[in-house]
Amino acid sequence: MTLKTTPLNAAHRAMGAKMVDFGGWDMPVNYGSQIDEHHQVRRDSGMFDVCHMRVVDAKGAGVRAFLRYLLANNADKITIPGKALYSAMLRPNGGVIDDLIIYFMTEEWFRIVVNAGTADKDIAWMKEQAQEFNRHLPAGDAAVALSPAGGKLDRGNASPHPNPPPAGEGTIPITITSRDDLAMVAIQGPNARAKVWEVLPQTRAATENLVNFQAADCGEYFVARTGYTGEDGFEVMLPKENVEAFWYALNKVGVKPIGLGARDTLRLEAGMNLYGQDMNENVGPLESGLAWTVDLKSERDFIGKAALLANPPTQKLVGLVLLDRGVLRGHQKVVTQHGDGEITSGTFSPTLEKSIALARVPKEVQVGDSVQVAIRDKMLAAQVVKYPFARNGKSCL
Amino acid sequence: MSNPTNLKYTASHEWVRVEADGTVSVGITDHAQSLLGDMVFVEVPAMGRSVNAGEECAVVESVKAAADVYAPIAGEVIAANGDLDGSPEALNSDPYGAWIFQMKPANAADLDGLMDAAAYQAHVDSEAH
Repeated sequence: MTLKTTPLNAAHRAMGAKMVDFGGWDMPVNYGSQIDEHHQVRRDSGMFDVCHMRVVDAKGAGVRAFLRYLLANNADKITIPGKALYSAMLRPNGGVIDDLIIYFMTEEWFRIVVNAGTADKDIAWMKEQAQEFNRHLPAGDAAVALSPAGGKLDRGNASPHPNPPPAGEGTIPITITSRDDLAMVAIQGPNARAKVWEVLPQTRAATENLVNFQAADCGEYFVARTGYTGEDGFEVMLPKENVEAFWYALNKVGVKPIGLGARDTLRLEAGMNLYGQDMNENVGPLESGLAWTVDLKSERDFIGKAALLANPPTQKLVGLVLLDRGVLRGHQKVVTQHGDGEITSGTFSPTLEKSIALARVPKEVQVGDSVQVAIRDKMLAAQVVKYPFARNGKSCL
Repeated sequence: MSNPTNLKYTASHEWVRVEADGTVSVGITDHAQSLLGDMVFVEVPAMGRSVNAGEECAVVESVKAAADVYAPIAGEVIAANGDLDGSPEALNSDPYGAWIFQMKPANAADLDGLMDAAAYQAHVDSEAH
């Protein structure tokens, strides 16, 4: 099988990257020491090739109502232009199709960023749901089409669909467009934003006052104060043909390239889930540490809500710190006084210099509990902790 | 880093150095450490343990993965490198200096079955394809 490549492939090789097959993509795992790269991001600034992730634009007058129904988190929470929201997208049975970030740009445009490995199925699902949604559009006039979100929904249409989406607020159909023309680079670390401004001074005015989890559309550059490391920084989307020059320009001002190896230790220290490891289509968000992203309180219906209400979770995701010597890894068995669980992600934390993990365990397990983890032929002692483990350069424990 | 010609090698990426007294020191090759990346933990075998050729003997763990280190020949484990406890990264920075354990071979002639540096390099090259 031929591996897919990003527009930065040649740059990675020129910078001495060790390349690996990452879900069908030829990606850099490190450019030398993974631990040095980890510290580089916690202490200064590093850049990540995230071109394999997919940017999707959802457009149409009723796009907010559509996302309100499509996603487990509530799109109504974001009302300031550029503001972002993290959400799970669920199957009707409550399984997680993907976790994603949506950016509210205008009432007719939300930008969505999805994972690489799930992008095709995500887009297929979104398009299928959009088609259903569009089918229920009322034959309104232009005034209705442009009515702002949060207005009264027209639920009057009889529908043959077993679980009809709320009828659209407008007559402009929802379109889902995969932005294969865009590349994405994440620049993360305490000095990351300043380095981006050195390279893209024209974006400074528009991005200086962004709060955490907010983006600005600066024409050629879409700059978001988001990331997957637990550090400050930007994720920048730009035309594919410009990304190599941008990458080298960042490097010239001292931003070091960071591989997928450090990306994983950084996100795990920051207590951020990895799709496919910490949750998947067979596990719901409430068992995956994502209850904070699921809005079950509002009247709003969304895909998967009925299943979540009907099946209260019996397990939950907790943080573990290994007390004995060794390294926690995914799929190791966790023995607790309330029954067995399993590690979903484990690693050695360069910031804590200890092994840490996320584990799915019986819901009775509490922070502070002592548990045992089966590593090869031994049972090693670990403690249940509140995560994140580290953020903004420091241990949270 | 080229593979020292005074050492013997296994297909599972251990190197073996025959000491003056006939005992052997065992470590992992530069190729192996480079595949695994930054080392963070080494689990060494118990002293006096008798092992068969190819038996799991030690474990090295990098940030990325755990890997078994196999006994290159049959024999008895007579020493483990305690220094690696505090500095497992020596396996990265000095792969041919940082031995993991030492053995007394059950049969010195078994060493003849191991690869020399050139044969090992050919083996590494063949695995790359």
